[in-house]
Amino acid sequence: MTVPVGSPDSPFLADAAAGWSAAYVHIPFCARLCPYCDFAVVAGRQDQTDRYVSALQSEIAMEPSWRPLDAVYVGGGTPSRLTVEQLGYILEEMRSRFGFGDRPEVSLEANPEDWTSSLADGLRRSGFNRVSLGVQSFDPQVLRSLGRMHTPEQAETAVLNARRTGFRSVNLDLIFGTPGESAASWRATVDRALNLEPDHLSLYALTVERGTDLSRAVAAGAPAPDPDRQADAYEAAKELCRAAGLVQYEVSNWARPDHGCVYNLIIWAQGEYLAFGAGAHGHRDGVRRRNVRRLDAYLEKVEGGHRPEQGAETLEEWAREQERLIIGLRRAAGVVPGWGGETLLLSSWGRRLERAGVLARKGDRLTVLQPLLGDEAARAVLALQPRER
Amino acid sequence: MNIRNFSIIAHIDHGKSTLADRLLERTGAISEREMREQVLDTMDLERERGITIKAQSVRLDYRAGDGRHCVLNLIDTPGHVDFSYEVSRSLAACEGAVLLVDAAQGVQAQTLANAFLAIEAGLEIIPVVNKIDLPAAQPERAAAELAAVIGVDPDDVVRVSAKTGGGIDELLERIVRDVPAPRHRPDQPLRALVFDSYYDAYRGVVCYVRVVDGSLDEGDSVLFSATREKHQATEVGVLTPRAVRVPTLGTGEVGYLITGVKEIDRIRVGDTVAHAGVSIEPLPGYRDPKPMVYSGLFPADGDDFERLREALEKLRLNDSALVYEPETSRALGFGFRCGFLGLLHMEIIRERLEREYDLELVATAPSVAYRVTLTDGSVKEIRSPQDLPGSDRIDHMEEPFLRAMIIAPSEYVGTIMELVQARRGVMEHMQYLSPERVELIYHLPLAEVVFDFFDNLKSRTRGYASLDYEPHDYRVSDLVRVDILLNGQPVDAFSTVIHQEKAYQYGKRMVERLRRLIPRQLFDVPIQAAIGSRIISRETVKATRKDVIAKCYGGDVSRKRKLLERQKEGKKRMKMVGQVEVPQEAFISALQADAGD
Ligand SMILES: Nc1nc2c(ncn2[C@@H]2O[C@H](COP(=O)(O)OP(=O)(O)OP(=O)(O)O)[C@@H](O)[C@H]2O)c(=O)[nH]1
Ligand SMILES: C[S@@+](CC[C@H](N)C(=O)[O-])C[C@H]1O[C@@H](n2cnc3c(N)ncnc32)[C@H](O)[C@@H]1O
Ligand code: SF4
Ligand SMILES: [Mg+2]
Repeated sequence: MTVPVGSPDSPFLADAAAGWSAAYVHIPFCARLCPYCDFAVVAGRQDQTDRYVSALQSEIAMEPSWRPLDAVYVGGGTPSRLTVEQLGYILEEMRSRFGFGDRPEVSLEANPEDWTSSLADGLRRSGFNRVSLGVQSFDPQVLRSLGRMHTPEQAETAVLNARRTGFRSVNLDLIFGTPGESAASWRATVDRALNLEPDHLSLYALTVERGTDLSRAVAAGAPAPDPDRQADAYEAAKELCRAAGLVQYEVSNWARPDHGCVYNLIIWAQGEYLAFGAGAHGHRDGVRRRNVRRLDAYLEKVEGGHRPEQGAETLEEWAREQERLIIGLRRAAGVVPGWGGETLLLSSWGRRLERAGVLARKGDRLTVLQPLLGDEAARAVLALQPRER
Repeated sequence: MNIRNFSIIAHIDHGKSTLADRLLERTGAISEREMREQVLDTMDLERERGITIKAQSVRLDYRAGDGRHCVLNLIDTPGHVDFSYEVSRSLAACEGAVLLVDAAQGVQAQTLANAFLAIEAGLEIIPVVNKIDLPAAQPERAAAELAAVIGVDPDDVVRVSAKTGGGIDELLERIVRDVPAPRHRPDQPLRALVFDSYYDAYRGVVCYVRVVDGSLDEGDSVLFSATREKHQATEVGVLTPRAVRVPTLGTGEVGYLITGVKEIDRIRVGDTVAHAGVSIEPLPGYRDPKPMVYSGLFPADGDDFERLREALEKLRLNDSALVYEPETSRALGFGFRCGFLGLLHMEIIRERLEREYDLELVATAPSVAYRVTLTDGSVKEIRSPQDLPGSDRIDHMEEPFLRAMIIAPSEYVGTIMELVQARRGVMEHMQYLSPERVELIYHLPLAEVVFDFFDNLKSRTRGYASLDYEPHDYRVSDLVRVDILLNGQPVDAFSTVIHQEKAYQYGKRMVERLRRLIPRQLFDVPIQAAIGSRIISRETVKATRKDVIAKCYGGDVSRKRKLLERQKEGKKRMKMVGQVEVPQEAFISALQADAGD
């Protein structure tokens, strides 16, 4: 039973997810590339989707058999650039190869401009029960700065339609701190999102990723996101979400009770997930693998009968423990301190974090109280030397 | 053998090294092919900066006009005031001095200072006006000024151009004619003065010696009088300027001595070399110069402490004005408190350590030595602000004063007086050297002169003023220690002892600079400047508000980890001061900027 019953921030869910199983499928196609995005994406290659879906099916078939899946996440890029049929084939291949657990979470990322009633109906029929819409903002000017193709109205219509169609969970992605976005605009965006009564909300601070058009523009003198203003925006949103009954369960994620994202919970619990598609990352049998990122390279490999693996990494025991803390501490539920947590608490960095009110041990859990300063804790964890157990 | 030992002395840049070039050329010591400008300035730093830092001696073979063969031992000296110690040492090895004056500039402060040194040492002075080829040259005026300084007839002043070579022959003849031959005592037991040395990785310590009495042969068994070290002279030779091995160094000759000693502390500049088993009266040697400024030198990488110690030992062989003792700083770790003859000397030592010994160093703000009389009547010399006792134990403090000589065109007297007054100077006297030029003598606190005084003086006088100074006395002064506190904790590397009136300025400057250099932390970090418990300046580094990666990259956990790993490396290089993480670079930048402004 993998329906995330209860508050999304419950320690029980956080820990239980370590034993669940997921699969991630990457769909790299986009209508055009957004200037801030550094995911594995391609634009103008729509003619390759059939080939890609076949390759995905071959790759899934090549994967050694595994446990039934508790969650499937089809992300991108823009999965909504595929047809309902194509998406259906992918799910079908997955179901027949691994089987699904009891009431699995089956998610799809979609862009608002692609959303139609027939797509929605088709997705439901194929078995998708969760949708994540890339709304980003309800301010037309911010949408323009972000290079998005949709209007606020399209986004709103898409969300309302998704809800009506009967998806179990609907998520909205929003980006804050875009240069030029005022505090009022951001509040209005969050208000309007909350009015749509989403089950789940992801709020991301705009990040200047290396190698993107945005980073080149900033290097050339365009305004960069201001971290202090982003902190203000974050605090404001936090308050609005709380008032609307959404519970924060990770640095950037909020959900209504019973609507924590299973796939996310698995990743943050250092759980295991298969990965398919260009640039996809998986974690299976203690090994972290990544696929080749370029579309053509991916297609060639798979069509040549090879697994499209680019690299794999098996972490040593201590590195694994550090990783457990780094990702686990991003959750509101925190972590069971364990070997690494105890080491951290005894270190000068750990004590400094405690004194600054960033880190706290509450009962049997170790948590980061100020999620906005979480990377300081993560760096401290990485700087630690393992202690004798 | 006809030997003439002489130094070339002058104000900085008046052309000593260029004149040496011409003398080397004319006597055939160096071939046309080997010739380059200021050929005796061999150190990279000397060539880059176009100044002489170390005195250099060279032997010239000269056939005089009357057919006599002469050996001329020439020493080219530095002109910068920081290195006047090198000049004194050089003069001690000579019977004569060639005193140069730039025909366009006339007598300057170091012309006078060096002339007095030569007179005091009892040397025969040959006055020379150089650069007569310059369009702006006023040889007659310069000659008159120079003649007045040493009390000779202007007609006796030699006129040369070290650039074109004009007048060089006449100068050579004057040297042979006027410089007395050394007082030979060839029949006496060997006494040779070690006047310089350096460390050679293959041959060990190489000593430069002047044989005063007797003679020194290769293979002789020798004794260093002060250290009582007995060794074999495995090689002796002369510098022409290339090292040329010879079987013997006779009385009055200057050359080098190698004994194969690798232990640096066995050799001391100023020591007397004698034959083993022969008792002699050691030569007077040298008075060690007293440092003017002190600064802490720390390896940027704490693991380099031992390498720094070795480097200092070796460098001291080649620069006996350098003194040092171990020092510990909470902020910078283990290092050395070093004494220097001035800021240029400090800069040179630091650069030589970094270049010749491949070290990366952090230097603390330079300071002078203060004299503190405690309430119990005892007197302490304070070379480092950290050594200052609590104010309750201090009866009074004194600071070192200089006697400074400024020579400048008379139109600048007003602006110079203004500057000197702002620096707490007191005039001793003022005198016109000519209707257009004045000499001003002031008493000034060393701390006010040593840092940026000269730059200020030059810019106010469009480069026309020259400055020379010597230590004078100690005077009671209103001194305070300014501490810089990070999050309430003093950072020893930034403490300074300073005159009451300048304290606020220093505090404010440091605090503002640090605010820019210290990265935001998990909490607000107050940066304060304090005198005792009184805060005189304050800034705050506001706490970081956001320091988190927004997204976990669709399952790409390794990527986040790697990103953080890179940042963590920076974290390990941070120094913790009062719970504040300070990047090593911040210390370096804050201190560097201070030496600069
Ligand atoms: N025109 C002209 N320039 C000269 C003459 N002699 C030296 N110079 C120039 O004056 C500058 C300084 O010459 P140096 O020989 O380095 O002077 P110095 O006295 O050895 O300087 P320090 O060792 O730093 O005290 C150089 O640029 C020389 O080329 C000369 O006779 N005529
Ligand atoms: C995997 S992306 C792609 C989803 C979909 N194609 C879209 O653009 O709506 C998922 C979300 O990550 C967020 N995101 C992508 N790049 C980002 C960046 N540079 N800074 C902040 N958020 C970003 C956006 O909110 C986006 O909706
Ligand atoms: S943000 Fe979404 S639509 Fe834009 S390029 Fe990235 S994946 Fe494609
Ligand atoms: Mg010179």
